[in-house]
Amino acid sequence: MIKLQINGMAVEVAPGTSVYEAAKKVSVKIPVLCKHPDLDHTAACGICVVRNKQNGRMLRACSTPADNGMDLSTEDPEIVQTRRSVLELMLSKHPNECLTCHRNQNCELQTLAADFNIHREVLDNITPEIPVDESTKAVTLDARKCISCGRCIQVCQENQNVWALSFVDRGIKTRIAAAGDIPLAESPCVRCGQCSAHCPTGAIVEYDESEATWELLRNPDLYCVVQIAPAVRVAIGEAFGFPAGTNLTGKTYAALRRMGFKAVFDTNFGADLTIIEEGTEFIQRFAHGKGELPLITSCCPAWVDFMEKYHTDMMPHFSTCKSPHEMVGALAKTYYAEKNKIDPKKIRVISIMPCTAKKFEIQRSEDMSSSGTQDVDISLTTRELARMIKQSGIDYQTIPESQPDHVLGAYTGAGTIFGATGGVMEAALRTAVHLITGEKLAKVEFEQTRGLQGVKEAKLMVAGQEVRIAVAHGLGNVETVIKKIREAKAKGEPLPYHFVEVMACPGGCVGGGGQPYGVTDELRLKRAKGLYSEDTAGIWRNSHDNPYIQELYRDFLDKPLSEKSHHLLHTHYKSRPTYQR
Amino acid sequence: MSTTETKAPAAKPAGTPPDAISLIAKRWKNKRGSLIMALHDVQETFGYVPREVALKLAPQLGVPVARIYEVVTFYNYFKLEAPGRHVISVCMGTACYLKGAPEIKERLMAHFGIKSGETTPDKEWHLQDVRCIGCCGLAPVVTVNSKIIAKVKPADIVTAVTALYTPKEG
Amino acid sequence: MPKLTPKDLDVLRAKSVVIKTTISVGLSSCGIAAGAEAAFAALGEEVKARGLDISVRRVGCAGMCSMEPLVEVAVPGQPTVMYGNVTADDARKIIAEHLVGGKIVKALQVQTVNELAVCAFGDNSKPAPAGGPKQYRIVMRNCGVIDPESFDEYVARDGYQAVKFALTDGSSDAIIEQLRISGLRGRGGAGFPTHMKWDLTRKAVGEERFIICNADEGDPGAYMDRSVLEGDPHAVLEGMILGGFTIGAKLGIFYIRAEYPLAIERVEKAIKQARANGLLGQNILGSTFSFDCEIRLGAGAFVCGEETALIASVEGKRGTPRPRPPFPSVKGLWDQPTMINNVETLANIAQIINRGGAWFAAIGIGKSTGTKVFAVTGKVKYSGLVEIPMGTTLREIVMDIGGGAAEGNVKAVQTGGPSGGMIPANLLDTPVTYEHLQQLGSIMGSGGMIVMDDRDSVVDLARFYLEFCVDESCGKCAPCRIGGTQMQRVLEKIAEGKGDDTDVAALRRIAQAMQKASLCALGQTAPNPVLSAMKYFPKEFESRLKKSTPAAAV
Ligand SMILES: Cc1cc2nc3c(=O)[nH]c(=O)nc-3n(C[C@H](O)[C@H](O)[C@H](O)COP(=O)(O)O)c2cc1C
Ligand code: SF4
Ligand code: SF4
Ligand code: SF4
Ligand code: SF4
Ligand code: SF4
Ligand code: SF4
Ligand code: SF4
Ligand code: SF4
Ligand code: FES
Ligand code: FES
Ligand code: FES
Repeated sequence: MIKLQINGMAVEVAPGTSVYEAAKKVSVKIPVLCKHPDLDHTAACGICVVRNKQNGRMLRACSTPADNGMDLSTEDPEIVQTRRSVLELMLSKHPNECLTCHRNQNCELQTLAADFNIHREVLDNITPEIPVDESTKAVTLDARKCISCGRCIQVCQENQNVWALSFVDRGIKTRIAAAGDIPLAESPCVRCGQCSAHCPTGAIVEYDESEATWELLRNPDLYCVVQIAPAVRVAIGEAFGFPAGTNLTGKTYAALRRMGFKAVFDTNFGADLTIIEEGTEFIQRFAHGKGELPLITSCCPAWVDFMEKYHTDMMPHFSTCKSPHEMVGALAKTYYAEKNKIDPKKIRVISIMPCTAKKFEIQRSEDMSSSGTQDVDISLTTRELARMIKQSGIDYQTIPESQPDHVLGAYTGAGTIFGATGGVMEAALRTAVHLITGEKLAKVEFEQTRGLQGVKEAKLMVAGQEVRIAVAHGLGNVETVIKKIREAKAKGEPLPYHFVEVMACPGGCVGGGGQPYGVTDELRLKRAKGLYSEDTAGIWRNSHDNPYIQELYRDFLDKPLSEKSHHLLHTHYKSRPTYQR
Repeated sequence: MSTTETKAPAAKPAGTPPDAISLIAKRWKNKRGSLIMALHDVQETFGYVPREVALKLAPQLGVPVARIYEVVTFYNYFKLEAPGRHVISVCMGTACYLKGAPEIKERLMAHFGIKSGETTPDKEWHLQDVRCIGCCGLAPVVTVNSKIIAKVKPADIVTAVTALYTPKEG
Repeated sequence: MPKLTPKDLDVLRAKSVVIKTTISVGLSSCGIAAGAEAAFAALGEEVKARGLDISVRRVGCAGMCSMEPLVEVAVPGQPTVMYGNVTADDARKIIAEHLVGGKIVKALQVQTVNELAVCAFGDNSKPAPAGGPKQYRIVMRNCGVIDPESFDEYVARDGYQAVKFALTDGSSDAIIEQLRISGLRGRGGAGFPTHMKWDLTRKAVGEERFIICNADEGDPGAYMDRSVLEGDPHAVLEGMILGGFTIGAKLGIFYIRAEYPLAIERVEKAIKQARANGLLGQNILGSTFSFDCEIRLGAGAFVCGEETALIASVEGKRGTPRPRPPFPSVKGLWDQPTMINNVETLANIAQIINRGGAWFAAIGIGKSTGTKVFAVTGKVKYSGLVEIPMGTTLREIVMDIGGGAAEGNVKAVQTGGPSGGMIPANLLDTPVTYEHLQQLGSIMGSGGMIVMDDRDSVVDLARFYLEFCVDESCGKCAPCRIGGTQMQRVLEKIAEGKGDDTDVAALRRIAQAMQKASLCALGQTAPNPVLSAMKYFPKEFESRLKKSTPAAAV
């Protein structure tokens, strides 16, 4: 153990602990800005300076390992003055537009400026004019607000392995941009939004479509319906002061109703449906040899985009299932419209997603307009919804819970857990094992798929046959899985896996790029726990037990993988060449 | 004042064999971290780092395009646009600065009607600053492609530079 | 070519050089820039045309930059004669009048009125007699003496004897011990004891180890390293081999700035020659030690002289520094223990091994032992390279060796380049040591020494350095990236006569944040020139404030 003194207090920490972490142990909070718990420290900002009392020098708390015998001071007047000067410098190259900024009241820079009593702009403002990049229609880049902390770049390059974002130029001209200052949409960006989730400021935010949504809602001729994704319900509360992981499904339904939606659906229904279709697809490939193995999940659009850009040889392995919200969208404008005798042309489907990539997905290809018009009209992030609720004068804290509308609102625990990494796999296994063995599962949990390990592998025995599975989350982790598959195929060896789940965001959708800010592993686990608790508490835990799904097949789709379901619920893939990452 | 030729690499004109990129990639591919060396080769071959070349080089070297641009825009030596045929570099190192480099630069900018870092519209002249070429004893120093003009007086610089103009071939 | 054994090396060394008339021409880049190649060609043609038995040879940098092109004539039995500012016509005249006619061309002869001339082209690596020459050459002992492209000439001057010692009788312990005794400190600027760095890297845990020669020489107005690499590349290479041996590295890397094509070429040649002679590659001199070197080029970024930025650059990335610890000696290139040394530091090593640490420690004063090379430029009469024992005063360097101001009076001297400070003329009696310079708010730096005369404005020079730091800031950390630019704006306002006291306060405030919160020494030291100018020339600053007129016209 390492022993040191911080502000005169003795601290003991394990070797390798940073001074910042060590200080936490004695309730000393050192301000940080460029540091994020998901990432390696870059030590870029200079806010976290503390003093080494032995030599009088200042050092960076975020990146300096605690050392035996250190005697540190964290708050002497010069330290505070230095931090304040650094902030003043940052603000002098920042458009101080808090009132009109997405991050207003939720911005790490703004908070620090307030904490440090910065009440005057002492230096000339030298913010350069750099045009806003909205080309992806998923994330918006406003490089003027960037403080060059490097978090987004580290996420995009290392954690996600996409290499869309980079720093260009140097010195005072340093800025974030896609390689060679091209629009982000022309880069390899897969719109996962992880950059926005890790940015401390308003420099990268979701492409905001709340105004467009209000327009639709205000139009009396339209019939707006809405659906919420699994991961939204356990995160949205954070915007209203609820503890992370609180399940707020009912309140969210109620709020959406007050906002004027004619019907409130649940994407979990779509998740159940995905499982039936995808589970059947799996059995076709696994038990009947029709199609390539391993089967790879396709409900994450960022992952689909990534595959279409860089791993097109995996195309035949992909499940042809659309993502759950697209299924709901297509059914809302067909099945639901038919049942309730509503002119589908008047229906507008809004999805509330943890995700920025869904904003891109809804226009990905003509398959996304299987109902005749675009199946999902607008996809909003959890963050956008939270703001809209606040605008509409809804007291979210006290609003009584509400129920979803049928026939697209009922769901099972299997659908709920879609929102966490491993959830899709677990849900699919529940149904697939049932379909293969014809038996009711004694234990529905497959715990091997849970948790935050980057790649989770497991072997199961199903009806005397070994089923090998893998679950990867965070695109940077996918490469190892794909490599294994490719190598086995090339050598003609037995496949390493039969079924693979991939989610682009670390932790799966609970850690999605459109979720409330401040995500850490701790938060991801809490959100996931919220989902798993709902699963455990529910009556129906297998997608095939959802009576509305059974009704859907009986009244409308006929059977899984029928012609109609192919048309409405499945998609095709094509290569989307871009430059080499 | 004196004018002399050195062995400094000069920008070669375009019209290079199509497989130049593969050759460069082959030369550096198996050397760890050799991106900057490969880019030096690119710039020597093409005179700058054209986007098509960056896009082709990246997969061959196994380096992300984003990394190439991060590097190219970081280092002053690399250019993203073709410079003019005659590259005038005014040394802005301390010795040259004290001995009149700022005035030399002013005169050249006024004469060619461009700022430092720019190229004349006819692509004949490119003006840039350099940070000390290590000939401070001969300050102030200006180079035109591989020719060095040393100990020059501001009043004479335009004549000295234009005297080094070489007409286009063909 | 057969690989040499330790014995072959001695044979080669002893091979007596045929004594005949030689004409040496300084052909380093600035010699060439001054026209030395024309003189060299003319000498060759003339000798050939007249059928003379005279060798016309290329040598490196002698340090007398203001008199380039330099030609030295050595006739056996006569004192050598040095000619300066030699054109092609002058060269032909020298052949005709001196070598054929036997009469020195007085008009072209360099007058030995100043120390610079006294030292040129000779070998004064013996201790300087009292009252004798102020220069003392260890690092530059071969510069201007041997043909830098000749392996044999280097060997004839004790070259690779230290490597032979290390591989036969020596050990890494013995080398580190001599370095410890010598008191050698890094010449790249910070002055960290070299033996400690070598020992730390040697002891660090790693799968492989690297040694890097820092030849980025970014300080504008300094060219010591270039001259050494061009004038005596094998001496630096020998230092690399010794370092590689001591720490157990297999690979050494020369990181050379791209602006130095001739230095690159000469180092490349030296590496090839060493490889061909078995001094690089597998089983050096027949021992079990294997080591090789390669060259990596900079690409125009001053910050890449900083160790961690240099490593990033060698790894093919943007040259942005990272926090230390971990220090490169523990976690450097490819996360392995890496030792980074400056060119001049390395050029000292073989001499220390050959002559012993105690010999080195006897030169200099206090904790600053040995010599230091300075590039004395600016408004000095004789600009050039000088190598002086540590402890020599600034006055001796600037006035005695450099001949004082070319016009007017010396106003101040800037050492340490953009990280250093201005030292006013009344402090010229300060001895040059790491400690003394630091006390004055400047630093030793890598060896740039810029002389200002009384027509120069310190405000403008401070602006110049600040602008340099702003241009060269890597942009990674906020204090340096934005602080530099804001300081520059405020300083500009002051220089234009529009500033007031609040602006001076702002300058100090930003400077404090930069010094305390910048990630690397570039940002931490960038305010130094401004602060030292404010400290020593407060009146000049005040006179620039609102409603006053500029003090000095430039
Ligand atoms: C901004 C900056 C630039 C530097 N430039 C150089 C340089 O050009 N050459 C050099 O040898 N050291 C340079 N240094 C110092 C090196 O980081 C390092 O201390 C030195 O190479 C170590 O070698 P030494 O121990 O032999 O001095 C620079 C440091 C900084 C902070
Ligand atoms: S990024 Fe933060 S500090 Fe900047 S304008 Fe937005 S809210 Fe304000
Ligand atoms: S915080 Fe200040 S600037 Fe912002 S709205 Fe209130 S009064 Fe205006
Ligand atoms: S959305 Fe994802 S892929 Fe696109 S820039 Fe951001 S992190 Fe990179
Ligand atoms: S965009 Fe945000 S995360 Fe990226 S460097 Fe700028 S401030 Fe940091
Ligand atoms: S997997 Fe994620 S994005 Fe897809 S439906 Fe579920 S929660 Fe939404
Ligand atoms: S993991 Fe979920 S939130 Fe993230 S990109 Fe995929 S679908 Fe969207
Ligand atoms: S540094 Fe000076 S002496 Fe050396 S070659 Fe250049 S001009 Fe000549
Ligand atoms: S101090 Fe300047 S050069 Fe050093 S890391 Fe910070 S921005 Fe880069
Ligand atoms: S938090 Fe430590 S430098 Fe930014
Ligand atoms: S300052 Fe101009 S060559 Fe060094
Ligand atoms: S005589 Fe050779 S250096 Fe002085």
